[in-house]
Amino acid sequence: MMFNRHAVWSIYKFEIARFGRTILTSLLTPVITTSLYFIVFGSAIGSRMTEVGGVPYGAFIVPGLIMLSMFTESISNASFGIYMPKWAGTIYELLSAPVSPFETVVAYVGAAATKSLLLGLVIFATAHLFVDVQVAHPLLMLGFMVLIAATFCLFGFIIGIWAKSFEQLQVVPLLIVMPMTFLGGAFYSIDMLPAAWRTVALFNPIVYLISGFRWTFFGKGDVAIGISLAATCGFLAICLVIISWMFKTGYRLKN
Amino acid sequence: MQPIISISNLTKTYKSGHQALKRVDLDIRKGEIFALLGPNGAGKTTMISIICGIVNPSSGTVTADGHDIVRDFRAARTKIGLVPQELHTDSFETVMATVTFSRGLFGKAPHPAHIEKILKDLSLWEKRNTKIQELSGGMKRRVMIAKALSHEPQILFLDEPTAGVDVELRRDMWGLVRELRESGVTIILTTHYIEEAEEMADRIGVITKGELILVEDKSVLMQKLGRKTLTLNLSEPMTTIPAELGEWALTLKADGNELEYVFDTNAERTGIPSLLRRMSDLGIAFKDLNTRQSSLEEIFVNLVHTPAGEAS
Ligand SMILES: Nc1ncnc2c1ncn2[C@@H]1O[C@H](COP(=O)(O)OP(=O)(O)OP(=O)(O)O)[C@@H](O)[C@H]1O
Ligand SMILES: [Mg+2]
Repeated sequence: MMFNRHAVWSIYKFEIARFGRTILTSLLTPVITTSLYFIVFGSAIGSRMTEVGGVPYGAFIVPGLIMLSMFTESISNASFGIYMPKWAGTIYELLSAPVSPFETVVAYVGAAATKSLLLGLVIFATAHLFVDVQVAHPLLMLGFMVLIAATFCLFGFIIGIWAKSFEQLQVVPLLIVMPMTFLGGAFYSIDMLPAAWRTVALFNPIVYLISGFRWTFFGKGDVAIGISLAATCGFLAICLVIISWMFKTGYRLKN
Repeated sequence: MQPIISISNLTKTYKSGHQALKRVDLDIRKGEIFALLGPNGAGKTTMISIICGIVNPSSGTVTADGHDIVRDFRAARTKIGLVPQELHTDSFETVMATVTFSRGLFGKAPHPAHIEKILKDLSLWEKRNTKIQELSGGMKRRVMIAKALSHEPQILFLDEPTAGVDVELRRDMWGLVRELRESGVTIILTTHYIEEAEEMADRIGVITKGELILVEDKSVLMQKLGRKTLTLNLSEPMTTIPAELGEWALTLKADGNELEYVFDTNAERTGIPSLLRRMSDLGIAFKDLNTRQSSLEEIFVNLVHTPAGEAS
């Protein structure tokens, strides 16, 4: 047995079934939040600020909105997926099974990323109800979404292993990722900031991710697409290194 | 014959600094039922957890059916099923779903007929579509056994399978274990109950404070455990034991107020009636008498303090 595909498939199905139990809230929530964002940002602010860099403001915020939800949902889904068995004690079975770390990550992160991707697409569809968005590079847009979903689910998986309480589970997505995303240009272009703040913003890794995603929509972003891709892949690589270290040492999984 | 599990020099020191296992060596024979006895905190669960891959060993090696449990974990773990001491189950899954999940996790293709058989054997078939959270504790334990058997393991670990379980389920469980043994499965179980070990095991290992202090065939150990102590409260204290009572190997206790006689309940003759007759012939009167079984605690103490060989 080189690859335990039965195990990967079992975990994947288990996780998808877990999402399935809350499918209504999972899908309704983003639809409602997206609608609210459009009403608040799109109508209230958009009436004063008609366009950003030649793109109508309503359309401009679509990529940012999708990213914001995908970041936070990816982290919370993936972290919950591995934290729950740890908390309930059912992790004993995973640890005693002939499943490699790689297979474990593929299954858990794969399932969480599937859900994130679905969520991103639902938001994208909802946005269409409010504004007219043209996507310049649809394939790249999809590719970017997959990459972002995988990266943030990996990140969430790390947090799930690290967390010792439900509170810690919430801290990172709520207190770090959410503010960084707001500040990272989800709803504005960093070109609109004063020069000093723009320099500060460039230290925020989220800027590169949002900018890259926005580039796939409008063919332009705050930074070059190459830099965005490099930043995303860099983040992915860091997560992979941390995870393999965690499994090698049994960090917070094994005594 | 090659042992199915071979543990050598196994040591575990937890991060707290507590040494839970001290250079344990043990071979488990293929097809046997091995009972691991020991008081709370002896290291039973630690040992099982290491073999199953839940706890990292500090040093030493373990092989399962010839496969190193660390280097060759896939081959080793595929052979092993574990029912842990604590009840850990998913809440929202159905019985059927969770048992099917376990089989997949262990790399086996779906086999509904096998799952059906297990659930029927464990009287869970009627509950197959029930959510686990709606089951009683005893039923949850059955579910955990079903999960452990779902992938047809060759080696089964049962960590205190009958703790908090009613008489009926205990009987069922013993029956199931025997049936599994018939089909060639090797079973390692832990227990606090001597009777359970007596009922089930082929061999018994005793562990205290992280040390495996004895491994013995059940029949041999039961002989040691079959000893009872007769205490006679004498009417008049005695300074020395009369030579006429020499053949019974008595000891004088409580400042000469008590005579103690250790006898073997499994023996053909206990020697008690003849002892009492001889005493009455000698005119030695007693106010009271009682017998008691050596407790597990005492046996542990004895085993720790008497060098091997002397105990029997
Ligand atoms: N995660 C841990 N961290 C630190 N010490 C531990 C840990 N797990 C167990 N121990 C200690 O190791 C020793 C052996 O524990 P273990 O659970 O193996 O005992 P046991 O023989 O299974 O006992 P019981 O009969 O109560 O189940 C105990 O002193 C326990 O406190
Ligand atoms: Mg235990």
